[in-house]
Amino acid sequence: MQDFLNMLIASVIPLLFILVYAVVILWVEIKVASHVQDRLGYMYTGGFHGWAQPIADLLKLLTKEHITPVNSDKVLFTLAPVIVFASSYAAYAALPFTSTFVAANLNVGVFYIIAITSFVVIGILMAGWSSNNKYSMLGAMRSVAQIVSYEVPTALSILTVIVVAGTLNLQEICQMQKGGLFNWFIFKYPPFMFITFLIYFTASLAEVNRTPFDIPEAESELVAGYHTEYTGMKFAMFYLAEYANMFLVSGISAILFFGGWNSPFGDFMSGPAWGVFWFVLKGLFFVFLQIMLRWTLPRLRVDQLMYVSWKVLTPISFVNILIVGLWALLK
Amino acid sequence: MIQYFKNIFIAIWTILVGLKLTFKHLFVRAVTIQYPDVKLKLPERARNRLYVNIDDCIGCRQCEMACPVDCITIETVKALPNEDLGVTSTGNKKRLWVTRFDIDVSKCCYCGLCVYPCPTECIYMTDVYEFSEYNRHNLIYHFSNFTPEEAELKKKQVEEFELEQKMKKAQKPAEASVNNPGAGS
Ligand code: SF4
Ligand code: SF4
Repeated sequence: MQDFLNMLIASVIPLLFILVYAVVILWVEIKVASHVQDRLGYMYTGGFHGWAQPIADLLKLLTKEHITPVNSDKVLFTLAPVIVFASSYAAYAALPFTSTFVAANLNVGVFYIIAITSFVVIGILMAGWSSNNKYSMLGAMRSVAQIVSYEVPTALSILTVIVVAGTLNLQEICQMQKGGLFNWFIFKYPPFMFITFLIYFTASLAEVNRTPFDIPEAESELVAGYHTEYTGMKFAMFYLAEYANMFLVSGISAILFFGGWNSPFGDFMSGPAWGVFWFVLKGLFFVFLQIMLRWTLPRLRVDQLMYVSWKVLTPISFVNILIVGLWALLK
Repeated sequence: MIQYFKNIFIAIWTILVGLKLTFKHLFVRAVTIQYPDVKLKLPERARNRLYVNIDDCIGCRQCEMACPVDCITIETVKALPNEDLGVTSTGNKKRLWVTRFDIDVSKCCYCGLCVYPCPTECIYMTDVYEFSEYNRHNLIYHFSNFTPEEAELKKKQVEEFELEQKMKKAQKPAEASVNNPGAGS
């Protein structure tokens, strides 16, 4: 019983975090978007700069009618958003939020995350195919092609970090980077770890379907891609999964390259509580960067997308892993 | 090969340039305004909703004639000789009751062509532009002081008066024919 309770608490904390974070980041995204375009954005709901608007949006989505298209595959149609969200939620289990809290301290943490997030592909393909709609279908196909091809550079760049760290356990990777700014992996083997980070960041952008790699959702071409037919809470699940994924990849960037929950000032401002602060701050910073990129860059064409993955990121990450590996070996 | 690395470099560099630009705009004052709370000042001769100062209208129908979309409907009734309608503020003598003056603003294209010919300058553009309605019929503005019933009454009065006049006219020749049997038949 005690075990079960512990497990329940450990699993509810990331869920709560995702929900709260999603509401906040929804607001931030809209506000950043409008201010980048010299507009004001939400101003009314709740008073200060419309802070309650995402809550209202969420309530609206919750109360909306569920529409299931007549010619869709009902079971898969309903299952798809659940799988998409569950797979990104499950990945949170291995994220060390602080030195004392990680829902599942796995020895194969990194591997687990890479494996479990691949489930998103199945969910997306399910959603696209079961909707029985050409836009959804095309969106899903594109999404799968994109995620599968960008998984290669992502995995390779993560592997580079593993070579340096010598462990797959995310908590241990964090512990290795203790002791201030210059112990972070990003500053190791200059400039190769930095290049690794760039590759990881670019590839992870593609993995979460964010601009400039948002061709699966490409509003102007595909209506909304694989979630065109979804309404109400099922649609919200996709949204939630997208935002959860954004923080997930950002959190992994923070852990692998920027010291996770470590304070940049060594022992100053460090400890379990500060750990949460630093980790979330770093994660949110990369989420913010992703949002900024969305409002900065235009969307890539499909062939350009493949070019970036197979002809730029993959070969460079191969060379990178060789050099870093050799350097680590010779040291 | 050199081109390949150059391309990568340019890609990264341009992304940074773009980010710098968007980041700068993040702190630029918004150019939009909170519309219902804050309103822009209208230009001096802005054309918006029409208004008719019916007290000055002499019912000459020039505005109705000028309107390209026929959204002005005017009906007039002649004033009886014993009725004095007074003069307009511009000094024109009023001779007609304007029993109906409807403008269908849902059709109006704000061309302002009705404004220029008015001899008494009583039809003009105001600066009101928020007058949306849930029902289209509410967009037909009635400017006349007459209710339809009153207008009907007025019309009848005039008809009666005219009938009376006719009768009088008809009687007069009849009297004349008695005195002068050669004329008429
Ligand atoms: S503004 Fe133009 S369209 Fe409108 S009532 Fe006058 S003449 Fe007709
Ligand atoms: S032009 Fe002026 S005076 Fe003549 S009918 Fe129109 S509003 Fe009345």
